Amino acid sequence: MLDSANLKEGALRSTDIRIPDYFHKVVDCQWACPAHTPVPEYIRLIAAGRYDDAYMVNWTSNVFPGILGRTCDRPCEPACRRGRVEDHQAEKPEPVAICRLKRVAADNKSDIRAHLPKPAARKNGLKIACVGGGPASLTVARDLAPLGYHVKVFDQDPLAGGMIRTQIPRFRLPVEVIDEECGYVLDLGIEFRGGKRIDSMKALLSEGYDAVFVGSGAPRGRDLDIPGRKEAAKNIHIGIDWLSSVSFGHIEKIGKRVVVLGGGNTAMDCCRSSKRLGGEDVKVIVRSGYDEMKASPWEKEDATHEGIPILNYMVPMEFTHRNGSLTGVLFEKVKVEFDVQGRRKLVPTGEPNQHYECDDVLVAVGQENAFPWIEREAGIEFDDSGMPVVDKATFQSTHPKVFFGGDAAFGPKNIIWAVAHGHDAAVSIDKLLHGEDLRERPAPGVTLISQKMGIHEWSYDNDVSLDERYVVPWAEPGKLKSIKIEVELGFDPLTGFKEARRCLNCDVQTAFTASQCIECDACVDICPMDCITFTRNGDEADLRQRLNAPAKNLAQDLYVQDGLKTGRVMVKDEDVCLHCGLCAERCPTGAWDMQKFLFQMTDAGPGCRTRQRKAA
Amino acid sequence: MTYITKPRLHHPTLPINKIGFTRRDYEGKISTLCAGCGHDSISAALIQACWELDIEPHRVAKLSGIGCSSKTPDYFLGSSHGFNTVHGRMPSVLTGANLANRDLIYLGISGDGDSASIGLGQFAHVMRRGVNMTYILENNGVYGLTKGQFSATADAGSKSKRGIANTEAPVDTVSLALLLGATFVARSFSGDKKQLVPLIKAALAHQGAAFIDVVSPCVAFNNHSGSTKSYDYVREHNDAVNRLDFIASREPITVDYEAGEVASVQQHDGSVLRLRKIDPGYDATDRIAAMHYIQQHQAKGEVVTGLLFVDPETEDLHAHLNTAQTPFNRLGPKELCPGRAALDKLNASLR
Repeated sequence: MLDSANLKEGALRSTDIRIPDYFHKVVDCQWACPAHTPVPEYIRLIAAGRYDDAYMVNWTSNVFPGILGRTCDRPCEPACRRGRVEDHQAEKPEPVAICRLKRVAADNKSDIRAHLPKPAARKNGLKIACVGGGPASLTVARDLAPLGYHVKVFDQDPLAGGMIRTQIPRFRLPVEVIDEECGYVLDLGIEFRGGKRIDSMKALLSEGYDAVFVGSGAPRGRDLDIPGRKEAAKNIHIGIDWLSSVSFGHIEKIGKRVVVLGGGNTAMDCCRSSKRLGGEDVKVIVRSGYDEMKASPWEKEDATHEGIPILNYMVPMEFTHRNGSLTGVLFEKVKVEFDVQGRRKLVPTGEPNQHYECDDVLVAVGQENAFPWIEREAGIEFDDSGMPVVDKATFQSTHPKVFFGGDAAFGPKNIIWAVAHGHDAAVSIDKLLHGEDLRERPAPGVTLISQKMGIHEWSYDNDVSLDERYVVPWAEPGKLKSIKIEVELGFDPLTGFKEARRCLNCDVQTAFTASQCIECDACVDICPMDCITFTRNGDEADLRQRLNAPAKNLAQDLYVQDGLKTGRVMVKDEDVCLHCGLCAERCPTGAWDMQKFLFQMTDAGPGCRTRQRKAA
Repeated sequence: MTYITKPRLHHPTLPINKIGFTRRDYEGKISTLCAGCGHDSISAALIQACWELDIEPHRVAKLSGIGCSSKTPDYFLGSSHGFNTVHGRMPSVLTGANLANRDLIYLGISGDGDSASIGLGQFAHVMRRGVNMTYILENNGVYGLTKGQFSATADAGSKSKRGIANTEAPVDTVSLALLLGATFVARSFSGDKKQLVPLIKAALAHQGAAFIDVVSPCVAFNNHSGSTKSYDYVREHNDAVNRLDFIASREPITVDYEAGEVASVQQHDGSVLRLRKIDPGYDATDRIAAMHYIQQHQAKGEVVTGLLFVDPETEDLHAHLNTAQTPFNRLGPKELCPGRAALDKLNASLR
């Protein structure tokens, strides 16, 4: 009666929760994080005041917790379930401040050096070169050095960090944090060659390295070739180069009137830096509309907060100049139109062009890769756009010993992506040098453990906090003038605790055992979000309509279990589950249980190797 | 029970009713009953029914006696009036309250001990008086609070959790209510909200003594094999005579039914009960036939559920007594205490 009746055509089969991806997807933040950081796990540790442990959970996954806790692009936050459940409770539903909680762990930890891996006692004789000293290369180095590899990291700048050090202004990221976290990596017995620019891939390969990792970033800012560019060159600066010069103290002031061209995060750093170096009338002028700008919403808000206007729908036409000095920028006004194919286009409005007077222009209209130092006959293929051909899973180039990662692999992204690339490339290098198939990727480490401690007691705090998102405090306005004083102060421990309590513990999963269920409806009645339904089976589209609350978010799975006495199925919409555990508390038979799903990526080392696993 | 309160957060699409409330606004405190108790499902059904009927919570009075079932008014309609009476005495207090203020909606919540043992006399009289109320008996056939003795509604031959068979005859509250003149009699099952919610709505709209016996399994003490009030037993022996679609008086009737499969009953308040027949021979307006049918089928071990009897042309206690239309709380001192002259006149008329 049960299986045969239910598995009519189109009816859903029971969800197999043993497949790691199923519950991993439920942990929205971790699923969205390129490095798959176990977010709820470290947030619980922060709430418990265990900052060292919280830091180490982060350090293992993303290598730079203190840096990322200030600068991460935080793909986790738009994914956070909290932002979907507060809909009617707050004017503006807000995710948990995951990124800034990471900083709480970094700020409040004690000396964690004892928890870090030790430099390898015995080297394995294999030599790895990392080109560029940024986040991707440092991740590769961190993963490989403790295994006994001899890792050499080359960077054109004297100190390690790459774009972390050169492009992120100090008022967002203090130099001590960079030194500390790059130091943890370099202390693992890594040879760092600062101030050494690699000019030839062929020469590097001839030095006998067993593998080469290219993590040289996307160092060239795109220029804007419009009339007046050459004549007024003295006052026109490429944004990322300018930021880098500011970082190293080569530039200490800028004109009173500054126009920043571009709408990305670099543009936001440029305008806020200008304000601190003498800019009084600083504007950001962007081709696209406000919402289409590439900058993260919070970075736009921070710029606005500092009194910087953002002007949209203006295309730069000409740099105006007099006697070799810049006098301003001329813009054409545009608007959005959709062509027949429905594509978005910017067309002139017909209004007269607008001129903005200024003393300096910062051009932040994008970055492009450049690999003049890789000879075309070095055995590495490049595509039409000048990017290396790189395997998306293994990060191997067409030269078997050469790997790419970070911005050098697929163009400009963020630090957290560079870290994720670094982990994967390190796995590939480790497997390559153990004679294994790179395409066979290691399975993640997964555990699923009941959190039941007593009849109504769980080993996590299941009482859902109703607090709204806490705002990170800022330094007093006077200090916003300095290029070095950090703007954000970070959460204090108490606010950090309260923000941490907003986390819904999505990694504590609702696991259902149909054979235990007596269909008493207790879970259905208590569920605050109406997630659970007992109904006859059907295909997914049909079931999504028939649940106690419609399951409209197709990105979120339905958890289906059959094998019930009445022949119905249990269907749970994962979308807005609060993981409060009330279903399990109300369940008289233990058919529902709250089980912690801990998902950890497998890094380079014995665990990632196929042969090792088969032998075990 | 649970240690944490139910979070206030709710589903983003949770609808609001005509008076601006969500279903969650009709909830009460968190239940302290055992996990899986049928009573909690009945509370959920009451919440659903009141939300669907757009009832203003302050217009409801919940009255109950003593027992697990009688605790439940704390767990639903947290913004309504409530009165927890002495054991078995809910019907008297409800009758008094109803006489004092006929404008409220009266909800009597009781259990098998409260109604069929200590309160059997009260139960009988509130039914025969035709007090306008919805009387819900949460029937689990066992004394859960005192750890599992048979109650008066336990079927003869059914077994306790320890395996001992019951030797005494059961009090059948549905047959009693029919016999005593209740004008709306139904039985349902806590595990079937699709049946229970429309029955509660129809009972709330009924202008007379409405009685619903809800079989509500006690998970802790009466959900084993050998019990006739377990989830499994009721599901296997459920003999539903009809399915009710309740249509409130102000709603347009939109559903089309095929002739012959449905019987319509219009209640006094204008609401329409559409009974989709499961047993084609069953007539829910025939009291004597209903009693016969119930006896016949119960003898076979079946649990007869559905709307068993309704008298659409009913009168309640106020009509019988010809009381004032206005509740006491809206009458002034002059009307309530008309003075010496009026008393003398009344006394004289009785001499």
